[in-house]
Amino acid sequence: MSDTFPAADVPRPAPATPLNPRRRGLIIGASDGLGAELARKLAQDGFSLALLARRRDKLDALCAEINAALNERRALAYVHDVAEYDKVPALLRKIVADLGGLDLVIFVAGVNYPPGGIDKYNFDNDRKMIEINLIGAMAWLHPVAEMFQSARAGQIVGIASVAGDRGRVGNPGYNTSKAGLATYLEALRNRLTRHGVNVLTVKPGFLKTGMLKAAQGATPFAIEPSRAADDIVNAMKKRKQVIYTASIWRWIMLAIQHTPSVIFRRLSF
Amino acid sequence: MNLNTSFTQLENFGHSLKASSYRVRIRTTEDIYEAFQLAKKLGLKVTARGTGISYNDASLNGGGIVLDMTGMNQFLEWDPASGVVRCEPGVTLEQLWQCVEPYGWWPPVVSGTMRTTLGGCLAANIHGKNNFQVGPIGEHVTEFTAMTPTGAVITCSPKKNADLFYSMISGLGMLGIFTSITVKMKRIHSGLISVDAHPVSNLNRHLNDLLEHAPDCDYIVGWLDTFVRGQHLGRGQIHAARSLKAGEDPNAEQTMQLAYQHLPDRLFGIMPKSLLHYLMRPFVNNLGWKAVNAAKYVSAQRKHTFRQSHAEFHFLLDYVPDWERSAGRSGLIQYQSFLPKETAEAAWREIIELSIQRGCPSYLGVTKRHRPDKFLLTHGVDGFSLALDYKVTDGNRKALSAMLQEFDRIVLEAGGRFYFAKNSETSAESARRFLGDETIEKFRTLKKRCDPNNLLESDLYRRLFK
Repeated sequence: MSDTFPAADVPRPAPATPLNPRRRGLIIGASDGLGAELARKLAQDGFSLALLARRRDKLDALCAEINAALNERRALAYVHDVAEYDKVPALLRKIVADLGGLDLVIFVAGVNYPPGGIDKYNFDNDRKMIEINLIGAMAWLHPVAEMFQSARAGQIVGIASVAGDRGRVGNPGYNTSKAGLATYLEALRNRLTRHGVNVLTVKPGFLKTGMLKAAQGATPFAIEPSRAADDIVNAMKKRKQVIYTASIWRWIMLAIQHTPSVIFRRLSF
Repeated sequence: MNLNTSFTQLENFGHSLKASSYRVRIRTTEDIYEAFQLAKKLGLKVTARGTGISYNDASLNGGGIVLDMTGMNQFLEWDPASGVVRCEPGVTLEQLWQCVEPYGWWPPVVSGTMRTTLGGCLAANIHGKNNFQVGPIGEHVTEFTAMTPTGAVITCSPKKNADLFYSMISGLGMLGIFTSITVKMKRIHSGLISVDAHPVSNLNRHLNDLLEHAPDCDYIVGWLDTFVRGQHLGRGQIHAARSLKAGEDPNAEQTMQLAYQHLPDRLFGIMPKSLLHYLMRPFVNNLGWKAVNAAKYVSAQRKHTFRQSHAEFHFLLDYVPDWERSAGRSGLIQYQSFLPKETAEAAWREIIELSIQRGCPSYLGVTKRHRPDKFLLTHGVDGFSLALDYKVTDGNRKALSAMLQEFDRIVLEAGGRFYFAKNSETSAESARRFLGDETIEKFRTLKKRCDPNNLLESDLYRRLFK
């Protein structure tokens, strides 16, 4: 990415017209899993997309796949490490210019490094999870919130997790990062709803992605990321506030959240 | 400066296209210079926007900087003796006519709404119902100054920097930003205008009527019932108007007062017109609007001559505030084609037939008489124009888009042209076909000279010229 003038004139997606309208979406963490599925679905739904991830090869392959399927330039690739917060303002500016506006931002990026046992601690890993899952989200969504508030339009989607609903013995760092993200998204929602901006918090259970392999123990109700993407796109259309995917997790988490601490702290999951 | 807090969702006139941009408010020439510097630093594109009255993407620049010119709206000089006005580009036609009318002058060319800014009028080189007599607004501009992205302020007139004069007017704001505009007003001897209304029963008579009546009047405009096909296709009503000569209006002094020119803001004296567009909504569909068109044609049968105020005659689009919202959530678009008088009838017959056949009838058809002009990106022809309004819905976009592509083919084959303030779906290829390679090359050369870094770009520019 160049910060100098003149900026390289990247080929933009086809210009929007009244009869060929294009909403513009940004997906942070799009190279595989849920982010990639969301990109495929939203492109089908008529979005022009900026796709961000660390890995150039996967990102380019996904963009090529989407652009070939729709036979027009719809997805643009940007290589970015979410932990490089200082690069966000200039990159965001460039993306908005390349897309020709911005209507939707989805923050999917997240890492999960389980400590590997209920009596193990690993500060470096916990710190990375907070830096990417939480501070990374704040670095991106803060300027986005400011822009959407000013425009009195837009939609923000954040991928939190059922893991953020309760602090459990298995992975304190991950729980904390996702709980923090969920609270941050709630605060954004409370700030932005009055300005006509929708903020959707998504709490997936287990998804059959690379992250699932890292999970230890049983993974009940695991669903394909494409199913989760369907749920999310539907919730976006209805401008919902919080969803669980698969939806059964709403009831499971209701039970878990209401489990008294006196019992919960004796459980080993 | 935090640009994020200037992020604004902007729309076209028909509310059918949205694009968010960083809005920078402009009051002075220095502000424009600073905005250029900021854009260069950030690698963003710049477009000027007045009141956003274009039906298409002419004043949209998604993801870039939009200069809000409405605050640069001061009169710099006004000489009631000669009728010459020098003003800033954000001055609207409303400000302009209200400034000059009490002194017995009227803007030489006006659009159907008085909300347009003069800068926008020049950028699109607008025409009025008097195009066949007096040409587009550019022919009444004696001089203007503009700042190019290099930071230079250039003075242009038909004599000085003539190549830029004839290309910046009609240049869609892509060569520079107007900073002052000098226009010569037209003398009037009354606040009233004499209008002759009469019906025409088919397209042949409609166009012949425009042709025959034009030489004897100052303004001519036709309304066309867009729901009728077959032998009555093109039926409608012609309004031919002429300005009153000195002495024809015994109360001229009174009728030229501003108070006399105001459009009523309540319907039947009770209903605030600002709410009317809500009431219109249930009727803005194929069935309802067909009935409205038919009723209008029946009421047009009475041949009569009447006098009305200039404001009432010219600014039909301002009768119902926000009328364009009556088309609903997805807004409306306009398809306007300009055809030589020899080919117009056959082409428009095909277009209107096709429109009804496809189940996408236009809701409003308006015809005018035109003449060619010397401006670079001109839409002028020795012939007529037909403007067709279409309501956009989620369900009709595909069909409408395919149909308009066929319209483009019909119009181009008939030697027609398009107007850059109106059509939103024209492709770069269609623009190239009617403008010609030579014109486009000339425009590119001038663009390179005025704007070597391609700083000025609108969504329209990217659609048509990239």
